[in-house]
Amino acid sequence: MEKPLTQHIVPGRKPLNLKAYEKVGGYQSVRKALKEMTPQEVQALVKDSNLRGRGGAGFNTGLKWSFVPMGPDAATPKYLVANADEMEPGTFKDRVLLEGNPHQLIEGMIVSAYAIQASISYVFMRWAYKLAAREITQAIQDAYEAGYLGKNILGTGFDLEMHLHTGVGRYMCGEETALLNALEGKRANPRVKPPFPQVSGLFGKPTIVNNVETLCNIPHIINNGAEWFKKLGLTEDAGTKLYGVSGRVKTPGCWELPMGTTIRELLEVHAGGMQDGYLFKGLLPGGASTDFLVEEHLDLPMDYPSIQNAGSRMGTGTMIILDDQTCPVGFVHNLQHFFAQESCGFCTPCREGLPWVEKILLAMDRGEGKPEHLLTLDFHTKYLGPGNTFCALAPGAMEPLQSALKYFREDFERHIHEHHCPWSKTTAWQPSI
Amino acid sequence: MLTAEEKHQIDHEISLVPTPKNACIEALKIVQHSHGWVSDESLKDVADYVGMSTAELDSVATFYNLIFRRPVGRHVILLCDSISCYVMGYEDIRNKLFEKLSINYGQTTADGRFTLLPNCCLGTCDCAPALMIDNDLYRNLTVEQLDEILMKYT
Repeated sequence: MEKPLTQHIVPGRKPLNLKAYEKVGGYQSVRKALKEMTPQEVQALVKDSNLRGRGGAGFNTGLKWSFVPMGPDAATPKYLVANADEMEPGTFKDRVLLEGNPHQLIEGMIVSAYAIQASISYVFMRWAYKLAAREITQAIQDAYEAGYLGKNILGTGFDLEMHLHTGVGRYMCGEETALLNALEGKRANPRVKPPFPQVSGLFGKPTIVNNVETLCNIPHIINNGAEWFKKLGLTEDAGTKLYGVSGRVKTPGCWELPMGTTIRELLEVHAGGMQDGYLFKGLLPGGASTDFLVEEHLDLPMDYPSIQNAGSRMGTGTMIILDDQTCPVGFVHNLQHFFAQESCGFCTPCREGLPWVEKILLAMDRGEGKPEHLLTLDFHTKYLGPGNTFCALAPGAMEPLQSALKYFREDFERHIHEHHCPWSKTTAWQPSI
Repeated sequence: MLTAEEKHQIDHEISLVPTPKNACIEALKIVQHSHGWVSDESLKDVADYVGMSTAELDSVATFYNLIFRRPVGRHVILLCDSISCYVMGYEDIRNKLFEKLSINYGQTTADGRFTLLPNCCLGTCDCAPALMIDNDLYRNLTVEQLDEILMKYT
């Protein structure tokens, strides 16, 4: 089984330095793309490979790039930003790539920047990734010294600067337009689209924001071709995927596997099944902002269309398991507390609606829930849904809530009728402050 | 007053962006790095230096949870309270920290040693529960480990 993204990553070992990375074929794709391909050819190859954004949205990467104005009349400088903010609760896959093989990301960024003719690039990394920040800083410096970054890269006339920007918190920064505001030294509120960042992004210039895992795929697609990449996947989605499992399983972790590996294989083989004494109750397939899936979905392949057809989203591909001894209402309450806290407060439905939802769930947790609360939660899932808010934060927050109300409604009702949390003592969620 | 070294670092950040204002978050980070937090006085110094009103800069500073606008202890404990850590029982760790440090979230110990804050997912969910103290990450936590961990910080 091919594992292009993690083949040179050994947990606990320092990442390959530049020389060692070159020895295993590192930076070959930079030579190939910059010397043998036009930017448009790189774009077309990546589009043909059907690489879809690994940050969660799943948009075709080459197609995203194709909206960037090209040619002598295009505004300059253009920017490429690696989104290394990874703040979706339950997600820890980009950390593996950042800590384990920083040069792979840099290589992918150079080729991607070339494809859109960007001359300035940023790695926007969350504050908490201290080790990753050290590794990326060193790798960027080494890449400059080796002539892969800076002016006239490998004598091709292509210039690229690269900077690491470490954030100062807030989930909103993962949203690409909010991220750009943060990079500009502003509050990380999202921006209205259009104009899309491809046309008017960082400092008003054409900008592409791609997820770390997405960018790390680029060198391998350049080296091995679109057909090779498509064949890596088991289903119609291409490539490999970094999947993760956390919760009460025997061996939680993160693994690179063919796209389309089933949920059951992830859960039972790679994660080792449930811990003794715990039963599976449900899961969020791709982070906090995805709809619950349950037992009947375990044989689904983890790819974009299959999970979408089941009423959820593959999101980041890192699953969170709900076990039978964790209160589903407490679980959802924890998520809604997070979303209410992380709302940027810019649009009313999100700013007002999420705390309302959180308060109701707190009341239920305390045994103070009322029958009409269920209806209030139901209408929030509609009013905070897609199209009613400025960005995807509140609709994302409603995904686990609406599916919990569907699959675990009896558990919500028990909280109300029994006037206490049936799981109380061990898992009742209490607000932080 | 910004020190010469702080000004030097802020100037470098300003050189990378179109206007000085665009470097304001970096400037706040620099000031926080030397003082531990951003006081009203520091906020005004930075605002003047990058050409913003203090109100505008404070609207940025208070947006980000890791820019501290109140004094913190010598070490800041950030305890993950997100979903995987919740499932894995971080609340036991939280309660033990409350007890051991005799403080609640948002408070600093009487000796100024620790400030305890809840934090969103630290991105290490396969090793939950987790917390960070300053730059150090601790994973697969049990309440029994807390004494040993806290002892490292004076």
